[in-house]
Amino acid sequence: MSEQITGAQSLVTSLEAAGVTDIFGIPGGAILPAYDPLMDSRIRHILVRHEQGAGHAAQGYAVATGRVGVCMATSGPGATNLVTPIADAHMDSVPIVAVTGQVGAASIGTDAFQEADIRGITMPITKHNFLVTDPDEIPRRIAEAFHIASTGRPGPVLVDIAKSALQAMTTFEWPAELHLPGYRPVTRPHAKQIREAGRLILESRRPVLYVGGGAIRARAAKELRQLAELTGIPVITTLMARGAFPDSHPQHFGMPGMHGTVAAVAALQKSDLIISLGARFDDRVTGTLDSFAPGAKVIHADIDPAEIGKNRHADVPIVGDVREVLLDLLVALTAEADAGHTGDYEGWVKFLEGVRDTYPLGYDKPAGSLAPQYVIERLGAIAGPDAIYTAGVGQHQMWAAHFVGYERPQRWINSGGLGTMGFAVPAAMGAQVGCPDDVVWAIDGDGCFQMTNQELATCAINKIPIKVAVINNESLGMVRQWQTLFYNERYSNTDLHSKRIPDFVKLADAYGCVGLACETPEDVDATITKAMEINDVPVVVDFRVHRDAMVWPMVAAGTSNDDIKYARDLAPQFDEDDI
Amino acid sequence: MSNHTLSVLVENQPGVLARIAGLISRRGFNIESLAVGPTEHAEISRMTIVVNVEDSPLEQVTKQLNKLVEVIKIVELDQEASVHRELVMVKVAATSETRGQILDVVQLFRASVVDVAADAVTVQVIGNAAKIADLLRILEPFGIRELVQSGMVAIGRGSRSISERSLRPVAVPTPPAVG
Repeated sequence: MSEQITGAQSLVTSLEAAGVTDIFGIPGGAILPAYDPLMDSRIRHILVRHEQGAGHAAQGYAVATGRVGVCMATSGPGATNLVTPIADAHMDSVPIVAVTGQVGAASIGTDAFQEADIRGITMPITKHNFLVTDPDEIPRRIAEAFHIASTGRPGPVLVDIAKSALQAMTTFEWPAELHLPGYRPVTRPHAKQIREAGRLILESRRPVLYVGGGAIRARAAKELRQLAELTGIPVITTLMARGAFPDSHPQHFGMPGMHGTVAAVAALQKSDLIISLGARFDDRVTGTLDSFAPGAKVIHADIDPAEIGKNRHADVPIVGDVREVLLDLLVALTAEADAGHTGDYEGWVKFLEGVRDTYPLGYDKPAGSLAPQYVIERLGAIAGPDAIYTAGVGQHQMWAAHFVGYERPQRWINSGGLGTMGFAVPAAMGAQVGCPDDVVWAIDGDGCFQMTNQELATCAINKIPIKVAVINNESLGMVRQWQTLFYNERYSNTDLHSKRIPDFVKLADAYGCVGLACETPEDVDATITKAMEINDVPVVVDFRVHRDAMVWPMVAAGTSNDDIKYARDLAPQFDEDDI
Repeated sequence: MSNHTLSVLVENQPGVLARIAGLISRRGFNIESLAVGPTEHAEISRMTIVVNVEDSPLEQVTKQLNKLVEVIKIVELDQEASVHRELVMVKVAATSETRGQILDVVQLFRASVVDVAADAVTVQVIGNAAKIADLLRILEPFGIRELVQSGMVAIGRGSRSISERSLRPVAVPTPPAVG
């Protein structure tokens, strides 16, 4: 094709060729040329109210659909507003492509109006990034960006395009092959490592499948369930992996970590073999490393070789896609089972079942007030496991991780690694755009909600009918919890007064959404049901909960998993003889 | 801790040096020495990076470097199995009495004089770190007025090349499904 077109037209055609159907963004000076041909494109552009919203929406879209999410912004402040979502996507391996305008090539480096070196700024927080000044390069860079974002360990890729390149004339040619000699992700696991893993699994007596977000990204839920059921090995799912294995499954012992279930934490601490699948031994999971799972050997399967052995020595390192690893393990262990070789984990499973029965997830329901956990539990029961749930960061996030009840992957979307407050509303918006027929609930805190709720306008205007449950405890609840526990109840700067200001019902109304409020346990079901019946506009429910609820269990920061508290001043007792 | 020499083949793209230097510093390592230059392939540059770390963090930083899209290959060059060289130019104060002694040192070290002034001699020497340190120790009493040193460059001994086979194109990308 030799037709002369502008770089901007080439960009839009490239995005179409890459399969893009939806973009979240805001125009501005440097990216303006691209917005003109975008008007004639079949791509739907959703005009957000803040670039951070565009980035998180692209994340929510990507996690819910499994496709690359796309956000677009102008140079300078537009681009720097994308920094938080890009960093978030980098930590949680979310495939997004961010397209930013840059000042004209001749002005780069002159401190021009709205100039920021966004490529330099985002080098540490992207999987890769490009600065394009030559219009002929646009199709190739877009193709590379989508390839890099979506393959291997997924992640964010930023393409910064100079305004001069968007305005210049060029021709469009979609590349037939990519020249990336330094990028060859390994997805097929090594046969020798699979054999070795199979041997350890059969020899072990206390194995645990420690499942991380990689299992979601690899779409490995089916294979995970097959392996778990073939072997009978207990399963725990990290915050990033909720839904990779059904919560209702008897082999599921919940989420490990700082606020994990006692059974899941015990499953790691007392294990003799941790089978890590797409997890990264994050500090929130391990507690202090030197006392983490002291008796366990480790099989560590991850598509990113740099994660293996980073925090914990791996006895059997397996570089590969989690789904491929599971498929190979299934073949190996099925053959062993056919030959009469199976593991003996009966005592171990019984021990963990005992721990789960003794220390189930639970919460107090103080008379005369509304327990936040109850709201979330009812929400999960009424909206069901087919709904999509997003969360912000803090107490409500931990309660949402525990009490909703997940049965399917890609239904739970949250900010794990970076811990970005304000994630829920824009992520829900993105998920709803990607999955228009699904019910999408943003479970948010009153602190988080006030960081990004401007996207309610975007949702109302573009008919993106998300539902928001504001768990309003009128404070920065998790910080307040730490102040209660570790700072002698001195509540420095955590009181948000959000039962008084703002009025969330009026705020919802002002944004063209339906606003509801609920203050008593008796009204919870009716309020949720009412919200579920509204499907043409967004709904915001102000759940006015009591402010002193705390997240339990808890492993205090900087302490050992062995020091987990089931509730305040209540340490679980394990009878080691039971194992 | 000990010094490790990494040979890093990278795509010859703008910004690649910033990417690598940033990554090493971000992960908490200091670069002892760094040299970059072209190779026999126009598209590939070669960096020789010397870092002072323990073995296990070295493995982590090597893996992180390998994740950079523009990094094609990393090889650690063992002291015994490779040749290491750096270049130093040093401006030494000289008088009519000391000039002869300085020239003796230059000869002894198979160094060379690249510039002479009335009160100074500029000496150039190529060698490994030990040889350069020795020379500087001996020149120091004469008065070192200025010193410039290149980063270390290193190459493996024998006939094998680390840059062969590194330019294969990646498999044809499959664009994501539309709609």
